Amino acid sequence: MAKTMDRIQEIYDYRQMILSTVHRDLRGRYKGSVLGFMWTFLNPLFQLLVYTLLFSVIMRSNIEDYYLHLFVALVPWIFFSTCMNEGSGCIRDSEGIVKKIYFPREVIPISYVTSQFVNMLFCFIVVFAALWVDGRFTNPIVYVYLPLIMLIEYAMALGFTFILCAWNVYLRDVKYIMGILCMAWQFLTPIMYSVDMLPPNLIKIFYMNPMTSVIVAYRDILFYQQTPELDTLGIACAMGVGSLVVGWFLFERLQRGFAEQM
Amino acid sequence: MSEEYAIEVKNVTKEFKLYHDRGQTLKEMSLFKKRRTYEKMTVLNNISFNVKKGEAIALIGHNGCGKSTTLKLLTKILYPDQGSITMRGRVSSLLELGAGFHPDMTGRENIYNNASIYGLTKKEIDKRVNDIIAFSELGDFIDQPVRSYSSGMYTRLAFAVSVNVDADILLVDEILAVGDANFQAKCYDYMRGLKDKGVTIVIVTHAHGTVRSFCDRAIWIHGGEIRAEGESNPVVDEYLAYMNAERAKAEGKTVQQNTDSNHYGSGEVTIESCEIINSNGEVTTSLNYSENYKIRLKYNVMKPIKEFIFGYNIFDGDQRCIFGIDSTNKNLHLSGEAIGPGTLEIDCAPLNLLTGNYRLQLSITDMSRSPLDYYREYCKISVANPNSESGVIHYDTTWNLIN
Repeated sequence: MAKTMDRIQEIYDYRQMILSTVHRDLRGRYKGSVLGFMWTFLNPLFQLLVYTLLFSVIMRSNIEDYYLHLFVALVPWIFFSTCMNEGSGCIRDSEGIVKKIYFPREVIPISYVTSQFVNMLFCFIVVFAALWVDGRFTNPIVYVYLPLIMLIEYAMALGFTFILCAWNVYLRDVKYIMGILCMAWQFLTPIMYSVDMLPPNLIKIFYMNPMTSVIVAYRDILFYQQTPELDTLGIACAMGVGSLVVGWFLFERLQRGFAEQM
Repeated sequence: MSEEYAIEVKNVTKEFKLYHDRGQTLKEMSLFKKRRTYEKMTVLNNISFNVKKGEAIALIGHNGCGKSTTLKLLTKILYPDQGSITMRGRVSSLLELGAGFHPDMTGRENIYNNASIYGLTKKEIDKRVNDIIAFSELGDFIDQPVRSYSSGMYTRLAFAVSVNVDADILLVDEILAVGDANFQAKCYDYMRGLKDKGVTIVIVTHAHGTVRSFCDRAIWIHGGEIRAEGESNPVVDEYLAYMNAERAKAEGKTVQQNTDSNHYGSGEVTIESCEIINSNGEVTTSLNYSENYKIRLKYNVMKPIKEFIFGYNIFDGDQRCIFGIDSTNKNLHLSGEAIGPGTLEIDCAPLNLLTGNYRLQLSITDMSRSPLDYYREYCKISVANPNSESGVIHYDTTWNLIN
């Protein structure tokens, strides 16, 4: 326990490194592109456009305000899936410094997930704008749950990224496998549809997907403007903390071999 | 488990797996089982040593002996397979030139960036940034992108950052060789200051003059084990003697046939060591242009010979001989009739050369000038000179504007 506290203290001491990495990542990501930082918003908006066309024009869904129903789930999902896809390569991308300088290796995945998280927060500006236009600010009290669910999702994304990026050092396929897996994962999470549409006997299985409860909670808060059910929050919270603990534990074990494996 | 030690290394063993053809994808790993065979190579075998707080030690040894691995273990880039390492205090390391530098960022941005990798907060960096810039001597270049820097400027910046992070333990791999003589001298001066403040320093180097003059102790690592440990001078002597013997063994058959080789001779009289001693009485290979120095030759007569000649030449970077002299120029008769060691000391006036690296060539020949022991390059002498004229030599001029 004392060792864990020391480790946390050490990571805290390296906060400047995390901050400057996040800053550089956000500033540098779209460097050289004509639209620059606008891509942060354009990317989810284009995805939204495509799915909305598909589900409210072609394969008509009977959900009211389908685009919003989708949008409030899509933005958190993009954050999570980017961490799975791209984040799994983050240690390998920093090979240069990992092999030459000591610092707590956790700094790299933490920085990556944090910069994606900040990116999501920017996208939430657009989400809020859409909600406002649609007149969905009926119950402002529910917003106290929003930071909580965001924190849970952050913990979950970090936990998974810990495992994947460490594993990817030993086996390069991990990153490519995650590309395919994420697509399947997206369809198995109620993003384009609502949980109510699932066959009742499958609901329990769907809730074993850690992202299900997170997405359901986001949608409860933002779309339905209602307090998420305690069950949903409970599951989300347990899974978030669980994946962070397991992820960090595995990362800690695997990081000892990083410099040798690359 | 005493607190007086900054570094404790206990029974550390490190093995590397050498794969014949390493697969890192699933396909390669499952299909080509045979290719995954590997040999275990023991890089460090059960080594233990302690370093006291405020001590400077050197790790010496030939290439591939495990000294850089030891340094990487100390920084926790690598972890030992067996044994334990305890480090007490904040560690700063300079293993590779400008690791973590971003070429497109300016020097100043890189200072912030690099210092944060050593665990400093923005406030702490703010406090140090001016010192770092001053030390790096980069002046206006500090706001230029690092990619436009020369390798010397790169080293200066990297060194300036890593010594200014208030570390308790400083680990330096042999990288200072890139800087010019002035800067090297400044680095060692600075590190001496750190040492006096109680900073523990571990350096890996081949510059044996540095080891002798700078380090309290030396550890000679050979084949993954500690071969000798103790005060710098005897350990370095032992190491050099061993290396010379190895070289003689390797060249035993090719003496005099291979005229390209750096060191040859028939061996009746051998050069045991040739030390350059600066005006403070320290053995060094870095001299100031204006200081008096001494050359102390230790030779050994292996087989009686009536008389022999000792001479030395100094060459500049363009391989021009700047100066050459031997015992016949001074009418000094060196007798080799008695077997055994001898010492010759030469008092030298200031070199008066410009800043740069110069090659010292040594020779012992018989009276017909055929070589008994000959070093084409015995060592490099780096000369520091604050004057910035062009050419090779320095001499004083006084300029008066009359009209």
